[in-house]
Amino acid sequence: MFKKFKVRRSHVLIFAGIIIIGVMIWLWPAFLSGREKWPQSFGYGKTATKEEIAALDIDVRPDGKGLPAGSGNAELGEVIYTNKCASCHGADGKEIKGVKLPGPPLVTGKSKAKTIGNYWPYATTLFDYIHRAMPYNAPGSLTNDEVYSLSAWLLSANKVIKSGEVMNAQTLPKVVMPAQKLFIVDDRKGGPEVK
Amino acid sequence: MEQQQDKPVKITQRKISRRTLLGGALAAAIIPVTSSFAKYVQVGVPLVPDPTKQPGPLPGTLGKRSLFENPVKKPSDISSRTPLQDLYSTITPSDLHFERHHAGVPTIDPNKYELLIHGMVERPMKFSLHDLKRFPSVTRTCFIECAGNFRTGKEEMTAQEILGLTSQSEWTGVMLSTLFRELGVDPKATWFLAEGGDAAVLTRSIPIHKAWDDAMIVYAQNGEAIRPEQGYPARLLLPGWEGNTNVKWIRRIEISDAPYFTREETSKYTYPVKDKIRMFSFEMDARSIITYPSFPQKVERGWIEIRGIAWSGRGKVEKVEVSTDAGKSWNEARLQGPILEKAHTYFRHLWQWDGSETEILSRVTDETGYTQPTLKQLIDARGKDIGGYHMNPVTSWRVKRDGTVVFKPESYK
Repeated sequence: MFKKFKVRRSHVLIFAGIIIIGVMIWLWPAFLSGREKWPQSFGYGKTATKEEIAALDIDVRPDGKGLPAGSGNAELGEVIYTNKCASCHGADGKEIKGVKLPGPPLVTGKSKAKTIGNYWPYATTLFDYIHRAMPYNAPGSLTNDEVYSLSAWLLSANKVIKSGEVMNAQTLPKVVMPAQKLFIVDDRKGGPEVK
Repeated sequence: MEQQQDKPVKITQRKISRRTLLGGALAAAIIPVTSSFAKYVQVGVPLVPDPTKQPGPLPGTLGKRSLFENPVKKPSDISSRTPLQDLYSTITPSDLHFERHHAGVPTIDPNKYELLIHGMVERPMKFSLHDLKRFPSVTRTCFIECAGNFRTGKEEMTAQEILGLTSQSEWTGVMLSTLFRELGVDPKATWFLAEGGDAAVLTRSIPIHKAWDDAMIVYAQNGEAIRPEQGYPARLLLPGWEGNTNVKWIRRIEISDAPYFTREETSKYTYPVKDKIRMFSFEMDARSIITYPSFPQKVERGWIEIRGIAWSGRGKVEKVEVSTDAGKSWNEARLQGPILEKAHTYFRHLWQWDGSETEILSRVTDETGYTQPTLKQLIDARGKDIGGYHMNPVTSWRVKRDGTVVFKPESYK
């Protein structure tokens, strides 16, 4: 009986097929279990409380989000500027030919130097930046009223607002900066063009 | 070391550690030497006349450079530059990574460090350094380049002085997307604010797609904890994007539906393009430079392997071409693999110099098909009032008959 049985190619193929499928079924659970499963959440870290967020959340957006209570005007601002800023940015904030001050010019004068008046697109950036980083030797030391006053003086010295205007959370975001219309967002996406 | 930064290699003033002295003293005990060890060091001769005849110092706790090698950064008031001309491949030793900071380097206690993430999320959270290190980690190699990395003006300028504000490290940390996954980010969010814990409390607005793409919070650089100058204990890493957005000493991320127009993205890191001012230029454009031969190196007639680095913030380097005849003809350089995305890529080109005066230069093409432009092309595209940000012109070196190599400064304003 066995002698009559001829090994045909089809038998070999069927046998090989059964073996391959068998091995795949056998290994499939191992393949699955070898893959990493990420949990929904790792559970590391702590939920931040409102107080913890408020202690750090000092940023201000052009729409006024983040501006605190308080107010100031240019008259008060000029005094603070003279006491706390002029040593680096110059007596009137303008560039002086041939004199290199530690800080950049802030007020538009006769030179082409970039200033708040001719280059800054949003007035809210003044509050945000002065409040977080100035004066250089004592960052974060100014009160909200002082920062509003300094913002008012810088805007007034740059002839963006009138000297008597009060700056606060409502008025500062409404100030339209002369340079705002000049700003465009980079739209380059790579490719051969030099832009 | 700091006082010597502008001087060539000098052995005479190097200090010798106690352990080296101990090793020397032990060696001296075994083999008598006539002169005192200290005297050798002070007069600046090699420590022993024949190193095969005297055992050297014993194993130490910390490695250091050969007495004969003294690569240093070149600091100014606001930055410090990588000595690209002293490097042989693409990884920048951590202590030579360029520095740029806006109110000095803060000292942050890793045990008190926290990263706060809040804003448009289901659950605002804070993570300690320990928490950050527990998350699945990722390692990647990429460059960081300052957006203001361009200087010109005179012939006697090194690669370090021209564009030493680019460096490369192997960074390790957690993907920002892994952290965002924990918080439940509002699908309406389009931007996030990144804030540093330095005295500038520096902030930048970042499109949120970068967080889902390849942004990381990294705590390790070249295998060890990040250096303080690079953001210890943790910084934001945005591969390929301008250095300033890779906020160091990161303490807070606020998820938002609008950019903040911070000082660093309005009055700084923006530049005139014709009659407009371009902002939010994130990707660093493709760039290359020959670092050998370059000023102040000298070459000899015969075969010279020209070497340099090329990179693109938009992906991989596709090819680098080298010209040895002032740009009249170009040869494709060999690239050292593996070629990584958004990474310095080393290139080499063999050249037989016949001793005549010429100019050598390189230009890179990235995988988007962008080819590094000349300064003239940049001025034609952007106008004469071009500013100093996002400048990536081809850099040429003049090789003079006597073998000296100098920078070819081009007028720019």
